[in-house]
Amino acid sequence: MKKDSNVKARIFKNNLLYVVVCVMSALTAIPLLAILGEVLVKGWQQLGWSFLTEATPNAFKAMMAAQKGEPIPGGIANGIVGTLMMLFTAAVVAIPVGILCGICLSEFRKNWFAKTVSYITDLLQGTPSIIIGIIVYIWVVVPMKGYSGFAGSVALFIMMLPLIIRSTEETMKILPESLKEAGLALGGNYWRVMLKVMLPASFGSIFTGILLAVSRVVGETAPLMFTALGGAVISYDLGRPMSAVPLMIWEFFNDPNLQDLIWGASLFLLTLVLCLNLLAKRIAKKWKI
Amino acid sequence: MENIVDPILEIKDVSISYDKNVTAVKNVSACVERNTITAIMGPSGCGKSTLLRAVNRMHELYKNITVTGEILLNGENILTRDPIEVRRNIGMVFQRPNPFPTMSIYDNVLAGYTLNGISLSKHKRDDLVEKCLRNVALWDEVKDVLNKRGTFLSGGQQQRLCIARSLALQPEILLMDEPTSALDPIATKHIEDLLVKLKKEVTILIVTHNMSQAMRISDRSMFMFLGELIEYDDTKRMFESPKDDRTRAYLTGQMG
Ligand SMILES: Nc1ncnc2c1ncn2[C@@H]1O[C@H](COP(=O)(O)OP(=O)(O)O)[C@@H](O)[C@H]1O
Ligand SMILES: [Mg+2]
Repeated sequence: MKKDSNVKARIFKNNLLYVVVCVMSALTAIPLLAILGEVLVKGWQQLGWSFLTEATPNAFKAMMAAQKGEPIPGGIANGIVGTLMMLFTAAVVAIPVGILCGICLSEFRKNWFAKTVSYITDLLQGTPSIIIGIIVYIWVVVPMKGYSGFAGSVALFIMMLPLIIRSTEETMKILPESLKEAGLALGGNYWRVMLKVMLPASFGSIFTGILLAVSRVVGETAPLMFTALGGAVISYDLGRPMSAVPLMIWEFFNDPNLQDLIWGASLFLLTLVLCLNLLAKRIAKKWKI
Repeated sequence: MENIVDPILEIKDVSISYDKNVTAVKNVSACVERNTITAIMGPSGCGKSTLLRAVNRMHELYKNITVTGEILLNGENILTRDPIEVRRNIGMVFQRPNPFPTMSIYDNVLAGYTLNGISLSKHKRDDLVEKCLRNVALWDEVKDVLNKRGTFLSGGQQQRLCIARSLALQPEILLMDEPTSALDPIATKHIEDLLVKLKKEVTILIVTHNMSQAMRISDRSMFMFLGELIEYDDTKRMFESPKDDRTRAYLTGQMG
């Protein structure tokens, strides 16, 4: 009998713990859901075709519309174009450099130089983005005598690089050594084995890492303030100031006439990040070997 | 071992050490007869894998390993030749089947060519894949799924695929490091039969800790102990009348 009640007590404890865990996880989900809800409720009416294809209205037009009680005309197309262009430019350089660097770090993991680089990568990853912005300002904007989309790309590149290096390095490290040996045992030269065997075997996780890196920097505002600056018209010229979606949110916030646009832009950015994350998850699952 | 008629491989006073102070193989000398199966036996940790891996210069991938002595392939020292050429001539099959995970069965067979940057015509590739897979008795099982990944196959099939992958380059020697220790008895039997058939084409050097396997398939056997080659003889003679006490102890199961 005593034993029986003991078991009951244990079952009770077990259930209690289960409930506590559930409540705790629900608590952590609350802020996320609250944010999503708020942005969705306030932003969804603005999200329409013209919002995605037209540039920011100027303050005067916006004021006129507001006075007449009409919705604010225009949209965030200049920001979308800028974000995509700068991200693309940054990624085109960061991906090959990051992957190469990641491979080297994993291959020469015992080497003191690789260890140092690995440590620096960690530091770079932890550097506040605003500092990266100000550094790129000094390194790029000042010598080039002007803000530009290019400078923005450089800032994003610096932010993406450590993320890609890290994910490549970690992925390559968990591949079995025997895979590389099998390739070399067939007489393959080192880089061919890396390119045709090791890299494809880790492609899924590296790609996931890249997507996560992109989704991490897509919302960065601070480094772009000092570099790309922003712009009211759709511009495809990386040599000139360029807008970006997170920059626009900041601009809308500062302009009383444009404040209604904040939520649409936020919803757009949030959706983009969520999609990238979901995509990354799916790919990670699909390419698991 | 005296009665070598046509040696393909001569190992001359080879010593191999990890990190200078750990000598895993000590002054081993031996000749391997062409078109035979030679088994390397011994308790675990005695240096079998280490010796085998020296033959296709796997040790060069790691800085801390030093190999001294000479290993002659057809009279030419492979330790001073281009490692890539050596490895093309000397295939290796590992303990765990390791087909390339992102390649199809078809591409796995051809991987040696891809990795050497040799391109073949479609016709030649098809022929080669069929020939190699037939050679390892895998063709009938996989001919309809050649485009599936090699990792979809069972362990035994994967190992045969790995053998086919090595044979595709038409090596002179095939090194095998306990190729059946991760497989079930039926798959093991399959591979053993295969090896006996294959020795017409390629000289096989196989590490095994399974004495009955050595007995079943090998022509000659080496017995290693603590890094030394203790005894090397016709398999039958060694099992019937081992000369060294340590060999006898091992063969009668009195040693790990
Ligand atoms: N990578 C390594 N680093 C240091 N010592 C090693 C390494 N690999 C093997 N050894 C040592 O070399 C000896 C022989 O190992 P190995 O050739 O793998 O034995 P076997 O294949 O006969 O079981 C063992 O004593 C082992 O501890
Ligand atoms: Mg071994």
